[in-house]
Amino acid sequence: MTAYIIRRLLTVIPITLGVLLLVFTIYRVIGGDPAVRLAGKNATQTKIEQIRKQFGYDKPKFFNWQEAAKTGQPMAVFDSQFWQIVRQFAQLDFGKSLQSNQRISRMMADGVVPSLCITTPIFVIELTVAIALALLCAFYRNTWIDRTFVVISIVGMSISGLVYIMLGQYFFSFVLGLFPVWGFESVNYVLLPVAIGVVAGIGGSLRFYRTIMLDEMYQDYVRTAFAKGASQRQVLFKHVLKNALIPILTNVVVAIPFLYTGSLMLESFFGIPGLGRMTVDAIYTGDEPVLFAMVFIGSVIFVIANLITDLCYTWADPRIRLQ
Amino acid sequence: MTDVTANPAALAAKPQTLWSTAWRQFRRNRLAVVCLAIVGIYVGVFLYAESVYWIAKVRDVVPSYKVADFAARNAPPSAAHWFGTDFAGRDNLAQLIQGVRIAFEIAFLTSAILIPLGFLLGALAGYFGRWVDNTIIWLYSVVDSVPSILSIISISYVVGRGLKGIVIGMGLVAWVGLCRLIRGEYLKHKQRAYVAAARALGAGHLTVMLRHIAPNVLHIIIIVFTLAFPRFILTEVILSYLGVGITGEPSWGVMINDAKQRLWLGVWWELGGATAAMFFLVLALNIVGDALRDALDPKLKTTEGSKA
Repeated sequence: MTAYIIRRLLTVIPITLGVLLLVFTIYRVIGGDPAVRLAGKNATQTKIEQIRKQFGYDKPKFFNWQEAAKTGQPMAVFDSQFWQIVRQFAQLDFGKSLQSNQRISRMMADGVVPSLCITTPIFVIELTVAIALALLCAFYRNTWIDRTFVVISIVGMSISGLVYIMLGQYFFSFVLGLFPVWGFESVNYVLLPVAIGVVAGIGGSLRFYRTIMLDEMYQDYVRTAFAKGASQRQVLFKHVLKNALIPILTNVVVAIPFLYTGSLMLESFFGIPGLGRMTVDAIYTGDEPVLFAMVFIGSVIFVIANLITDLCYTWADPRIRLQ
Repeated sequence: MTDVTANPAALAAKPQTLWSTAWRQFRRNRLAVVCLAIVGIYVGVFLYAESVYWIAKVRDVVPSYKVADFAARNAPPSAAHWFGTDFAGRDNLAQLIQGVRIAFEIAFLTSAILIPLGFLLGALAGYFGRWVDNTIIWLYSVVDSVPSILSIISISYVVGRGLKGIVIGMGLVAWVGLCRLIRGEYLKHKQRAYVAAARALGAGHLTVMLRHIAPNVLHIIIIVFTLAFPRFILTEVILSYLGVGITGEPSWGVMINDAKQRLWLGVWWELGGATAAMFFLVLALNIVGDALRDALDPKLKTTEGSKA
């Protein structure tokens, strides 16, 4: 058990370094020279050079062999763009925003609460409703009730999230005037975005949980339970729900980074000063340090969440430790 | 399942291939057949839109869907303009048809990155195992750790606005699902007797991988493509909203985003048209994809998380 936990903890390191490497590759290698992007279309060569110097883009990308050979110090190899970022991020220093010149760590700390105010209720409501409906579908499987929900969920999934937001805001805020259109001042400002978030996401969730429940429904142990004379309800709640917990848990964890970034569009439509809007604004203004940090932190949260699930599994299902 | 077990004569009469049994299975699902017909109609529209685009390009004239008519700006639906006109008086129906073209182009081009990448890496990992497998697992775990919308945005952003950015962004991110499935299949197949037989007859690793095993896993590519297509369409809308989408051509995402402000002025037909055009294709593809999976490989776990 302890050995498993230690082994699992150690896997976090290569994955996190890999994520940093990936994000670095995207922003500094795939897209070409970041200084040219930051300088804009009509920049002069001197301006580009100046930016390159200011942000350290003139250094080698991964390993500074030249510097090491010149000074004779082996550690100078790590005087490069990538290792510079590794050192900074290890100290939780994400640099400054190009737009506001604020520290990015400060901006993130400010944005977390508004974001969670939107995403946590969406997450909890969606999860509860989806699992309840999925159980209902499993109970009435292959009847018109089940089929109706399947059709509704596939129809719901086939509409763009943006359309839900636009129509919801137009009808409930603008036409009916029930909710404020823009801002983040009281509970009233949160209700509509949460409702829209739940409606937009419920289709996918319901379909997913229904598949999980039905997969369990056709397992041998369910047939045995029925053969023993257990009632439909007993099988569903005592056997199926318990066994479905593992895949449910996985999905819940996969959705955790969504708590952090999930409301990209909702936040910018309703003017909620959270992390989602921060990211959208950063894309619009080309604020690369903010984007870099957001993508990296989003991934680290996912890695940690994944770790926690795996540890929960060993507690919930002893079989997993053996695999 | 099929009627083979119940009727042994059927087995003797005609050789059963995976595709013929799958087709029989698929045909039973009437809804899926209707949806396949809908997809077929969209393919027809796509070919038509492509020809409109290329004819205008070759003749070097402004294509009909871009002809502005400022006298008829924001006109509601009428006999002349079934879905009304947009802010420059361009016919919305013609633009929706071009949207079909963009959607298919995105799907095909993205798949041209995703399928070779996912297939090759999955095959290598599953077939060779050991350090190859470990490296590839590390690679896809890393890609999978970045919330997909964030990595797609990032790549599209650095590559630059337009079709290229969208395609590269989605292609470099979406291969993970296919890679996992293919890897699993190769793990399974490399232990089968026919692989051992091929090896014993002197076939090289590459031959076994591509000539012997690959035909047995090709159906997965079709399933993954059909199920990924609707996701590409929905992602394109988000990318357009974030300002890293298509430029200069009327994609559905561009139309929905353009309709944003005008909706408040009561111009609903632009949003309505684009949503409807998207809805029927996405719905049909979702249903066809599920039915294909059920017919070809019912045990395949294609359900990714609900937030994928």
